[in-house]
Order: sequence, then C-alpha cells, then structure tokens
Amino acid sequence: MKYFHLIWAALFRRKTRTILTLVSIVAAFLLFGMLDAVRTSFDQAGQSANGAERLQTGSKLSFIQTLPQALGARIAQVPGVKMVTYANWFGGAYQDPHNQVFSFAVAPNYLDAYPEIAVDPAQRKAFDDTRTGALVGETLAQRFHWKVGDKIPLQSTIFPDKSGNKTWTFDIVGIMHAKDKKSAGFYDQMFLLHWKYFDETTPYNRGTVGWYVTRVADVNQADRVARAIDALSANSDHETRTQTEQAATANWMKQLADIGLIVGSIMGAVFFTLLLLSGNTMMQAVRERTSELAVLKTIGFSSRSVLAMVLAESVLLLLIGGVIGLGLAAVLIPGVSAHSGGMLNLPTVGAGSWVLGLVLMMLIGLLVGALPAVRAMRLNIVDALAGR
Amino acid sequence: MKRFFVNLGLLIALAVALAIWVKLPWPAVLALVVLGALWMAFTRHGRQAASVTGVGVSTLRQRLGSSAVIVIGIAGVVGVLVALLAMGEGYSQTLRKTGNADTAIVMRGASASEVMSVLDHDSIVQIVQTPGIARDAKGQPLASPELVVAANLPLKGGSADDEGSVQLRGVGDEAWAVRPQVKIVEGRKFNPGMRELDVGKGAAQQFAGLVPGHQVRLGSQLWTVVGVFASGDAMDSEVWGDANVVADTYRRGSSRASVVAKLADPQAFDAFKAALAANPQLKVDTDTTLAYYAKQSEGMATVIRIMGITVGLIMAIGAMFGALNTMFAAVATRAREIATLRAIGFRGLPVVVAVMLETMLLALLGGVIGGALAWLVFNGYGASTLAAGTVGKLSFELAVTPELLWTGLKWALAIGFVGGLFPAVRAARLPVTTALREL
Repeated sequence: MKYFHLIWAALFRRKTRTILTLVSIVAAFLLFGMLDAVRTSFDQAGQSANGAERLQTGSKLSFIQTLPQALGARIAQVPGVKMVTYANWFGGAYQDPHNQVFSFAVAPNYLDAYPEIAVDPAQRKAFDDTRTGALVGETLAQRFHWKVGDKIPLQSTIFPDKSGNKTWTFDIVGIMHAKDKKSAGFYDQMFLLHWKYFDETTPYNRGTVGWYVTRVADVNQADRVARAIDALSANSDHETRTQTEQAATANWMKQLADIGLIVGSIMGAVFFTLLLLSGNTMMQAVRERTSELAVLKTIGFSSRSVLAMVLAESVLLLLIGGVIGLGLAAVLIPGVSAHSGGMLNLPTVGAGSWVLGLVLMMLIGLLVGALPAVRAMRLNIVDALAGR
Repeated sequence: MKRFFVNLGLLIALAVALAIWVKLPWPAVLALVVLGALWMAFTRHGRQAASVTGVGVSTLRQRLGSSAVIVIGIAGVVGVLVALLAMGEGYSQTLRKTGNADTAIVMRGASASEVMSVLDHDSIVQIVQTPGIARDAKGQPLASPELVVAANLPLKGGSADDEGSVQLRGVGDEAWAVRPQVKIVEGRKFNPGMRELDVGKGAAQQFAGLVPGHQVRLGSQLWTVVGVFASGDAMDSEVWGDANVVADTYRRGSSRASVVAKLADPQAFDAFKAALAANPQLKVDTDTTLAYYAKQSEGMATVIRIMGITVGLIMAIGAMFGALNTMFAAVATRAREIATLRAIGFRGLPVVVAVMLETMLLALLGGVIGGALAWLVFNGYGASTLAAGTVGKLSFELAVTPELLWTGLKWALAIGFVGGLFPAVRAARLPVTTALREL
C-alpha cells in the first residue's frame, strides 16, 4: 500500500493513453452490467419465497386449454393445500390492439395467494364490492395515466360479449404495488378483473378456468401436492399439469430465448478484445519506462516488488474503468426500463453482478499485466540503463 | 482559444459526416472511393499522400501487436453486430416468407392472431362462398378453414418434465392446396378422421419423439406421427392434424380459428375484403397473409434490432478508443519521420490523409474478418423463440445477408475514420522544430 502513489503516478504517466484505455474498459463493463442485468432478470423470474410455495395447475394439453371450475373444490381437499384460487387470461389491449395489457380475470380470493402484492384495504374492499371493478398495477396506471375512479374501455383480443362487442368497460378502483420491486416488478404491470363478471359477460368461457394457483402449507411437500393434484384428473378429458411457479416461469423463459448463450457469447467477444487492448497499453507503458524500472531496481527494489507493482498497475487500471462502467450501468438501467414502455423490466446491477464484475476486473488485470510484469522483473539493469 | 474552436468544429463536422455516412448507399461509397483514387493518382497532393501512406503501411509489420488491437477490436464489433442483426433478419424473413399477396386470412374481428380467433360454422360457410376466392379444377373454392391451438410436448434434449409449446393446426385437405410450398418430405399425409399428425421439419428438431412411426401424447390421447413436411417458413414449426379430430380433442365443436383462402388474383383482395365487410352476418377481419405475417414479426424484429444496435454501439465506442490509442502511439513513434516530411516541404493534408487511410485500411481488414466470421459461424445457425402471435416455439435460422455484411463494413470504416482522424490532425499540427529537436 505504501507504493500506491508510485503506482498511481506510473498509471497516469501518459494521461491521453490511460484515459483512452479507460474509456474502452468503461464501455466493456457498461455492456457487461447491462447484459448481466438482462440475464439475471431472466434467471430470477419467479424465484421468490412466495413463488416457491405456489403451484400452478394448467391443462396438460396446452396452456390455452381451460379447466372445469368444479376441479377447484377437489384441489382444496388435497392434503397439504392451504388455499386455491384461479384465473383466466383476458388478453386485454388499450386503445390499440398493439398496446397489450397483462390482464387476468381472477377469483375473489386471488390476491390472498399473493401476499407480495400490496393493495390499500379500502381499495381492496371497493374491488370486492364492484362487479366491473379493476385493480391495476402502479406502472401500468402510470403508462396510460389512469387514476382511481376512472372508467376505462379495454378491448379483449379474445373474448367478445354476447352481442359480439369486444370493448369492455371497467371502473378502476385501486392500484397495486409490488412490495419487492426487484423480483416482482411484473405485478406492477398487471390488470385484474373479476372472473364472475368475465364469465357472465362472454359466451365463450362457459364457466371454465384458465389455471389454478394453489398455496401449499409446507414448501417441502410441494412436489407431493403437485402429484396429488394431477392425480385428481388423471385419465379424464381434462388432465392437468402442476408445477411450482418457479419451474413454470423458468420453463417459459427458456422457451423465449437462450439468453445465457447470447449474453455469454457477446461478453466473450468483448472481453477478448478488451484483453488485447489493455494488454497492448500495458506493454507500451512498460516498454517506455524501461530505464525508470532499471533505476528502481538499482536503488534496491527487488525483482519481485517490480513485478508486483506492474501487476498492481494493470489491476488498478481495470478496476477504475470497470467500477466506472458498472456504476454507469447502474445509473442507466432504470432509465432504459422506464423508456421501454413496459417492454423491459430490468433489475439494477445487483450484488451478484458486482461480485462477478470485480472478479473479472481482477482476473483480466492480472492476465493483462502478466507479460509486461514478467518482462519488467527479468530486466537486466545494465542493459536497460544502456538503452539496449 | 482558437484551437478549442477548431476542435469543436471538427467534432461537429464529424457528427454530420457520420450521419451522412450511415445513410449513404453503396454506389455513392463507390464513387467516393473512385474519386479518392483519382485524386491520389493525378494531383500533386494526392501523390504525396499516396507515398506517405505507402511508408506508413510498409512499417506496419513493426507495429504488429498494436495494429492488431484495431483489427481485432473492430472485428469483434462487426462480428457481434452482424450476428445480432442476422438474428432479427432471420426471424422476420421466416415470418415474411410465410405469407404472400394472393392468399388472404380471415379471422374474427379484432383478433390479434389466429389462436385468439373463433369462427362458428355458419360464418365459415359464408366466408368460403365469398366471391374473389380462386376455384380448383372441380370448381370448389380454394379456402381452408383451420383450427389453431397449442400442444405441450417434451423438448428434445431436456428431462421428461421439460415441456415446450408447439402450435398445432387442425386442417382439411384444402390446407395443402392453399399452401403449395408445404411438401411432405418423409412419410405420408395424415388420414382424415384418424389421430395422426404430420410434423414440420423445425418442430421435429425442437421436440422429442416427432419421428414418423412414433406416438406422442396430447393430453390423455395417443397420436401417431405419420409424416414430416417442409416449407421453409413458419409452417415448419407447426404440427398438423385433421381439423375434426383436433377440434374433438380440444372440445371446439364445429368452430374454427381462421379461414385461409387463395385469391383469384392479388388484385381481387380489395373486392374480397369489401364483400366480407358488406355481409351483415359476418363480423370478421381479413388481411393478405403477407401483411398478417409481416405485422406479427414487427415487434420482435424491432426489439432484436434495437438490442443489436445498442450492444454494437457500446462495443464500437470501446473499439474506437482502442483505435485512437493505437494511432496516437503510432503517430508519436513516427513523429520524427513526419516532421522530416514536413520540413522538406510536404503539406499538412497528405499527412492527415496518410494516417487516416492507414487506420481505415486496418479497420476495413477488421470489418472483413468480423463479417466473415459472423457469416461462417452464424449463417444458417438454428434458433428458436416463442413468437408473437403464435402459441408455439418458432424455429428460424440466422440470416447473414449481404446487406448486413455491408452494414458491418460501414460501421468498421466509421470506427476507423473517427479513430484515425484525431491522431492524423495531431500529426499534421506537430510543430516541425520541436519534433525534430526530440532527436
């Protein structure tokens, strides 16, 4: 540590070169921060303590097939089940069919299965009492400038009413907030309406349910309960498939894209280039300081401490650039999420990304510094001072 | 103060030049190159520039390591950019190819996609009889009422519990007639009334057990795979079965999702659409399949494009500073040489041009390497996603088109241009006396 000022001075010996290299490093780690946020948002989807104790039961045939409503009462009888609720996909869109809204027609007790969604008790009461009431997520309300008390038309891209009209009218009675924004930001985009209103209005549903959500009493029993639920409908014409919410979401994300592979290959290309680029800078830096290093050795610095100093210099270079880059990513990501109009919901740079990033900085720093450092260590004082 | 304004002017000029450069079509670029070559061949300054560039290029070998930074850095940018854009291109190509201007798709009004649409039996009878639809040799309208649903099937290479969604299309005989591009490549067509399936080539690659002769479970029923078809478009990701049997399995009765109709000719579409709208018993929307599939691909293609350009832009900034660094160093090591040239009467312009040309040559090399790598590795690379408007995995191949390679090269040259400009200006401004005194 006592040589810090020496290393610092060496690093900024040529300001232009160091700053240019730093900008490259910043760019690389900015990209790393953003892509890692994308990757974690895919990985973490559905992974929460609450998600682990919720089971989703859908038709085994496909996710668009509905289930009979009577199944709910039978699921509630399965030992280990704490509560059962259900929902249907509504397929709503606001004003333009492209403005898709994540809208679900839900049972009266649906919110009880999701303790991580916060709703004001008065608004929850208003929802329970209003047939055409709707609860909307915070982000969604902001996106379309909706307030409590508004009467809004929402068109369903799937379900018309009995006269073939596709526009439904809802009264917004409350706003939902996700308690934990990081893992549950999705709830802020949801639109909930009453299943009863939905079922009575459209002739296409006929008392069926899209999927059941079950809370289990004991997380460790989740697999057993899931099998017991599926056994209820085995060999009937509406066989079910029950998964934990975690597994269901992970499966969904995996089908969407192999994000891990894409992010991995981009970062591979970026870091390889970075290795070369900062390696080149360090080589130049050591080459032009040959005589200075020789002087250091002459006045008694051991070969090993010269090696350590060059390595420290390259690690420091990477650390400065990397931390700025990751910091920049942390600042920019909320902006990106806000401007994507609900398409993207990225978590900010998390502890995991920081740790991984710091490890990468150290590693690349050491790799980059290795060759010039060894060269500096092996320096022959007489030759170096003679300029040979 | 003066230097500050010069630099500011330089930056603004640079931004304008880059903006124009991005829009420039290839004939204009070619013209620029020819103009540059003529200038170098026939004017005094041009010949000076050419000889200085020659000296610079001939000494490249001594600066192999640092020059490689430019080449490899830019190759990385171009490779990643082209690969990501190729993903968007392959995706939208696959969907675009699925449609054409002389087939129309009819769905219930305001349905965003086939799977969300329901047409009852009476509507279908009316739609099929609408004027404007082409007729086959027997005088029957070439219109295919189809049912589109999703089916869960085990994924290839996953555990038994790893299920994915595939789009299952219930069709009649007409489906093959309205889509002549769909051809059986293995096995046979399914028999009407049987639980038999024909599977698309892409679906067969994604899901386990989709081989002729095998049986797969759809819910509680066993279906037999009897054939594989290929079409080279989005249909490749689907599985086809007899419409009545599929409707039975999914409890859809006599309703269908859509009617795909071959039109008498592409001009007939407007009349066909008007005829449907004029029928008071129908509440349907229609579109040519070309427009329908183009619309489906729009959103996702834009997202991939934006992602590619954002990643490319950040990488390009990194590579640009790498190039700046290298060229500043190159100019510094050649300061004496450049000062000597200036002292014996070379003007600033040839020196600037020489340094820029050298950088852009390296950048071009990087662009070519990056583009070639992207083409070799990713052209035809298979990928899949849950596409908008469908309920199954859509497989597609990354398409590295010449246009994308050209875009990559343009990016490479732009990075080289910026990376060379500032070092070049510094070289030209080098005070001759100080540079020579550094001997």
